[in-house]
Amino acid sequence: MTIPTLLHSTAACFSELDARERARALLDAGSFRELLDPFQRVESPHLPPQGIVPQSDDGVVVARGLIDGQQAVVLSIEGNYQGGSIGEVNGAKIAGALELALRDARRGRIIRPVLVLDTGGIRLQEANLGILSISEMHAAIVELREFVPVVGIVAGRIGCFGGMGIAAGLCSVLIGSEIGRLGLNGPEVIEQEAGIAELDARDRARIWATIGCRRRYEQGDLDCLVADDAATIVRSVCETFAEKPGGARSRAVAERRRRIDEYSLPAAAGGPQ
Amino acid sequence: METLEFSCPAGARKPLQRVHVGVVASGNLEVLMEPAVGIVSQVVVRTSANGFGERWRAVIDRFFARHDVAVSVAINDFGATPPTVLLRLEQAIEEAFVIGRAPVCPPTLRP
Repeated sequence: MTIPTLLHSTAACFSELDARERARALLDAGSFRELLDPFQRVESPHLPPQGIVPQSDDGVVVARGLIDGQQAVVLSIEGNYQGGSIGEVNGAKIAGALELALRDARRGRIIRPVLVLDTGGIRLQEANLGILSISEMHAAIVELREFVPVVGIVAGRIGCFGGMGIAAGLCSVLIGSEIGRLGLNGPEVIEQEAGIAELDARDRARIWATIGCRRRYEQGDLDCLVADDAATIVRSVCETFAEKPGGARSRAVAERRRRIDEYSLPAAAGGPQ
Repeated sequence: METLEFSCPAGARKPLQRVHVGVVASGNLEVLMEPAVGIVSQVVVRTSANGFGERWRAVIDRFFARHDVAVSVAINDFGATPPTVLLRLEQAIEEAFVIGRAPVCPPTLRP
């Protein structure tokens, strides 16, 4: 066989798998079936006119299959293509798949949705079209989680930022590894907009201490912190669906308010310096 | 961005299946390989680095000198070096000629 022996190891790093391999790992053996695969050539029409080489799947893998024998759909973002950014086409792939899962759920057919988030958020070259598709995702997640837990995974090298950071927050259950980072504005954007005195985007220790998944777990923004190991993450997803968690983190408003009050410093006379 | 097209008479061996390898990431590329249609092997390259047509010609000539195949290839390139391109093409060939190619990420990952 021609398969690299390294990947036969059960200790494969999740972060080192590409989007398709991650989707394949999450689905029961032999059940992986890709929708709109690379040979359908559903790629971004907006990038070539701007001189950017498109990717044949626009950086998102939509995979149907089984998780623990139950119907599932995995939406896996390729962080190595354009920073996992969301444009019109790959956004529509995710939003469309979620909406189809929702339609099925309303008819009593439950499909387990998993989002593998490795994305800087919006694709700036596609601007409003990306924003639109991300808002469609948000709406679909909020509706879908009434029927079935929507599971998000933040375990890639990019992390999860921008509108997709909000999508992560809307998931019923969020799983992360220490590799992952989660936030609204990514460090590079903060440095660019507010200056290096505000945040040095290369200060890795500080960045992981503030927005790294371990920190987010301690803050209660993440339900499950796992090792960067494919088998562990797969097991964590299976256990999550088996537990049938109710509710969603974004609903726990009172708890969030209490925690913000707890962390807030008393206002100094004359305001912040 | 530049689009380059190359063709040569099709070789003897047709792939058993179409394969996709790689990612359009910095210094990397994706390759989509399918059985050739008709009597011509064709390679269509979209690359982010302009002005390297001769280099691509040399890489693709070398590939077809090594493999007597009838393939239709699409490449989306993000500044890969010639050795990287050849490795991806070799990877695609290996996978295209293995019946029932096993998934890259094996079932052993399942709990």
